[in-house]
Amino acid sequence: MASPAELAQQLKFRDPEKARALAAALQREVDAIGRDEITIMHVCGSHEQSIARFGIRAVLPRQISLIMGPGCPVCVTDAPEIDEGVALAKQGCRVLTYGDMLKVPGTVKSLGDAQADGGKVDIVYGVEQALEIARAHPDEEVVFFSSGFETTAVATAAAILRGLPKNLSVLSAHKYVPPAMEIVAGMPGSKVEAFLAAGHAAIITGCDCFRPMAQKYRMPIVVTGFEPLDVLAAILKTVEMIRHGEHDVANCYPRCVTGPGNLPAQKMLWQVFEPVGGQWRGIAVIPDGNLRLKAEFAAVDARRRFDIDVRSLWDYAPPKLAERCICGEIMAGFKSPKDCALFGKECLPESPVGACMVSSEGTCKIWHQYGGVPDLKEVG
Amino acid sequence: MCLGVPGKVLAIDGMNATVDFFGVKKELRLDVVDEPVSVGDYVLNHVGFAIRRIPPDEVGETLAMFDQILKDVAQDDLMAADVIGEMAAGKEKA
Repeated sequence: MASPAELAQQLKFRDPEKARALAAALQREVDAIGRDEITIMHVCGSHEQSIARFGIRAVLPRQISLIMGPGCPVCVTDAPEIDEGVALAKQGCRVLTYGDMLKVPGTVKSLGDAQADGGKVDIVYGVEQALEIARAHPDEEVVFFSSGFETTAVATAAAILRGLPKNLSVLSAHKYVPPAMEIVAGMPGSKVEAFLAAGHAAIITGCDCFRPMAQKYRMPIVVTGFEPLDVLAAILKTVEMIRHGEHDVANCYPRCVTGPGNLPAQKMLWQVFEPVGGQWRGIAVIPDGNLRLKAEFAAVDARRRFDIDVRSLWDYAPPKLAERCICGEIMAGFKSPKDCALFGKECLPESPVGACMVSSEGTCKIWHQYGGVPDLKEVG
Repeated sequence: MCLGVPGKVLAIDGMNATVDFFGVKKELRLDVVDEPVSVGDYVLNHVGFAIRRIPPDEVGETLAMFDQILKDVAQDDLMAADVIGEMAAGKEKA
């Protein structure tokens, strides 16, 4: 086999000529549709990274509006969920979480603030590391603040099914994306008429699960990867489907994603979690959008194990700036970061006001990184 | 956090695998992978779990894609930084 470097040379995933050819094909499709505005939403931070970094919006026909929806688990974690983690740290638990979660603002404090206040808050890479830490501190109550979409929830589920150490419990902030796509698509005033679905999350769920939604909302849903040409090819496919009135699912990422997805992983996910309604930060209450541990796992569910006292945290007034944050409207597709008065001024990656400025998968952080507004003229 | 990084399985001990990610060795769990995995196979890693056994005919393309991403790290590329972060996190202890 050729070396990866040689293959990269041959494959030219970022080939500007191919990109231009795709953009030209796109223009032909859009002209054939003959409308002034076509709004496509994607729901993946990695897609936004590619779109912004490679200036994909700059090569799209002007009629296409490509927006990012609720595609970052860090961004959609709601403030009261953070408050629960902060309260547990304050109550003496050792709280473990993914690195990005540390800066996400709670109602008043972040987990990083809780750490600075002397709380035991540690960053972990995954649930396996949480197991190690719990074993290393047998005399402490250790809580894994477990966030992420279905892909990450599966890992937590697998660990729970194997059995956790007695002193380890899980505070689930896991979210399930497909119901959120439906809610955003159905919002009054929403212009979204097609979705690009996240390739790597679909490794677990497969792409067939999007079919009922595609039919109900009469829109194409195209699963794709995160390389610039993957994204462009998927947009072309989406626009072709819009032109032909196809309300179905297309898989533009067959090298990773199958129709049914990873069935053993789905079995574990639904063995441990059940979907419940919950607030996604700034967007809406999403029915079936949160993943809660089933009653049979109550013993390892931090919410049932502890009397989490979040009221003690709310003695302070919430920061004024947060009231002006429009992350929710950005994630629902109604606004862009440049519409936010705080963006790049009071709200920065070092001092985020809203959650979208925290994670490398958040729209605001990505736009900030690549010059604020992604208006690069060159692809490749 | 949602990018699965591909790596080559070097050794398997029950549900634990030692996997090489572009020269970085890590322990991965095999609980949730979609198909049986053998030494020499390539898998995608997500937060310490293999989530997919990459079909052999797709390995080259997948590796090439990540090889290209890793080259971008010098340009403050968020995706490259994410991949490096995912490789560095949970590295096998020396």
